[in-house]
Amino acid sequence: MSRIERRFAALKAAGRTGLIPFVTAGDPLPDAVVPMLHALVAAGADVIELGVPFSDPMADGPVIQHASERAIGKGVGLHNVLAWVAAFRETDDETPIVLMGYLNPVEMYGYEEFAEDAIEKGVDGVLMVDCPLEESHVLAPLRAVGLDQILLASPTTTEMRLAALSEAASGFLYYVSFAGITGAAQLSTGDIAERVAGIRARSKAPVAVGFGVRDAASAVAIGAFADAVVIGSALVDRLSGATSADDLAGRAHDFLAPIRAALDAR
Amino acid sequence: MTEIADFHAYPDAHGRFGAYGGIYVAETLMEPLAELTAAYEKLRKDPAFIAELDRDLKYYVGRPSPVYHAERLSAHVGGARILLKREDLNHTGAHKINNTVGQALVARHMGKTRIIAETGAGQHGVASATVAARMGLKCVVYMGAVDIERQKINVYRMRLLGADVVPVTSGSKTLKDALNEAMRDWVTNVADTFYIIGTVAGPHPYPQMVRDFNAIVGREAREQVLEQFGRLPDVITACVGGGSNAIGLFHAFLNDRDVRIVGAEAAGDGIETGRHAASLAAGKPGVLHGNRTYVLSDANGQIVETHSVSAGLDYPGVGPEHAFLKDAGRAEYVGITDDEALEAFHLLARTEGILAALESSHAIAQGIKLARELPKDGLVLVNLSGRGDKDVHTIAEREGIEL
Repeated sequence: MSRIERRFAALKAAGRTGLIPFVTAGDPLPDAVVPMLHALVAAGADVIELGVPFSDPMADGPVIQHASERAIGKGVGLHNVLAWVAAFRETDDETPIVLMGYLNPVEMYGYEEFAEDAIEKGVDGVLMVDCPLEESHVLAPLRAVGLDQILLASPTTTEMRLAALSEAASGFLYYVSFAGITGAAQLSTGDIAERVAGIRARSKAPVAVGFGVRDAASAVAIGAFADAVVIGSALVDRLSGATSADDLAGRAHDFLAPIRAALDAR
Repeated sequence: MTEIADFHAYPDAHGRFGAYGGIYVAETLMEPLAELTAAYEKLRKDPAFIAELDRDLKYYVGRPSPVYHAERLSAHVGGARILLKREDLNHTGAHKINNTVGQALVARHMGKTRIIAETGAGQHGVASATVAARMGLKCVVYMGAVDIERQKINVYRMRLLGADVVPVTSGSKTLKDALNEAMRDWVTNVADTFYIIGTVAGPHPYPQMVRDFNAIVGREAREQVLEQFGRLPDVITACVGGGSNAIGLFHAFLNDRDVRIVGAEAAGDGIETGRHAASLAAGKPGVLHGNRTYVLSDANGQIVETHSVSAGLDYPGVGPEHAFLKDAGRAEYVGITDDEALEAFHLLARTEGILAALESSHAIAQGIKLARELPKDGLVLVNLSGRGDKDVHTIAEREGIEL
């Protein structure tokens, strides 16, 4: 059983909704990533999505685009991200980490080399935004070493594709709650609820819902029908002004803790 | 190297040109792309659609464009005969209109009321704004803030045509970032919006569709050369940024194995300086803008900023079919520096009375090199993809002349 499976099994047993924060690795303080990740866990993160900065983040809105640009400006690359995961694992062997990003950095690293290094450093899953199921043959070396392949489903996904996605997803299936970029505002809870219910009924993997979740209220609304809630742009935005390692960890904790509390109070 | 039996059999059903191409996009775009593919597959075989397109190309674009024997240029060079395919004579002054006329018709058939486009130098933006105006469609053009500053005249042209030009301030604020932003708009507004990509890049079906609409260049040229000279050219050449005018010329000749094919990429200050845009000559296979192709990226896989005097060639990727042709050994791709392109621009202007676009001047420079290698009865066909009026300010500035 992988770390991600163990974590979702424990959530289910406890009747809790998972909370998955997304942060862009290396923004705003490359030297303070690891304590910030621990702060997220202390505040109730069940899984962490760590964004690998890319120069051309086609599916991301302005908040994550700018976070990526700032991190790249400080020289952050895939090697750094893997090193931070390894450092995080020195004191946390339980919280799953999913790397989220785009293919080209992995392509340049080399799929085989990346797969070996990622599993050795303690990465659990990989979500490649620009690698739909149809092209996921390129990720075969990652699956071969036991990295979970996190796949996306969206409101535009047809029933036929959904069947294939549900079949192929490992770890969890990430439902993006509207057809737009990360960080956009619109969210119609009723429609999402209906769609997610249909996906959960057929998916072997748990379903996490994200895109557009920004605070405790929207997290609770989504948490009512999802296995887990993903929260990204709003958190990245909150972290972006941090001026010291303590400030960054404090912001991470203060942002996430009330959301955790609201989800648990449901 | 595998032997390719029929170069016209690509892409396959997954949009792949051998190891290149494909559909590398976020899940949200998969269904919109599938709808577009289905619509295009139906239309491209529909006689009524073909007739409609042919009519527009003839009466609106002004096709066919001539193949012109540049006798004084050829004599000056002292080698083979240099022939120019005059795409600069099309409406709006470049090959770009072949594609926008076609895609706008597809948009109308799909019931879309809003067109978006990305543009670098502004030529594709102008061609998109042009067809949108003609069809009464709303048009939004994304353009890097840096490009807006250096291409003011084209920005104004687009606005005169009724388009909304949106500055893009992310990343390097150039063409690649404009493409990212247009893609984001499309994801969000796909219900009423058609995205007209301007080059043979992007996810399937764009590399195929844009190629098909530009392939008329090579089909015409092949017939015209046969008719005027009684045989095929020895070598054909075109400039390659994203590669739409090049694939347009090359495609009809791909199975004519005796015709040598050479693409001219922008070598900027020289490939060895690192300040260039020669993705095929100096890049590596990677994934950018929805397809697998040769890209220019650093050790961390970040796409790098490119350099060329010609904004239209200033792109860190290249169409996947070119990547395929390179690996298959069917086409060669070489670099032409800014200085070589400028020299060719002036030479063509003074010997033939033609101001070529800076992009096309790279092809002229390459054509001159190729002509020198051949005997006087040889034939070198060059795609003169656009006219140079848009570039006179850039050239004057570069040469220290105040207008």
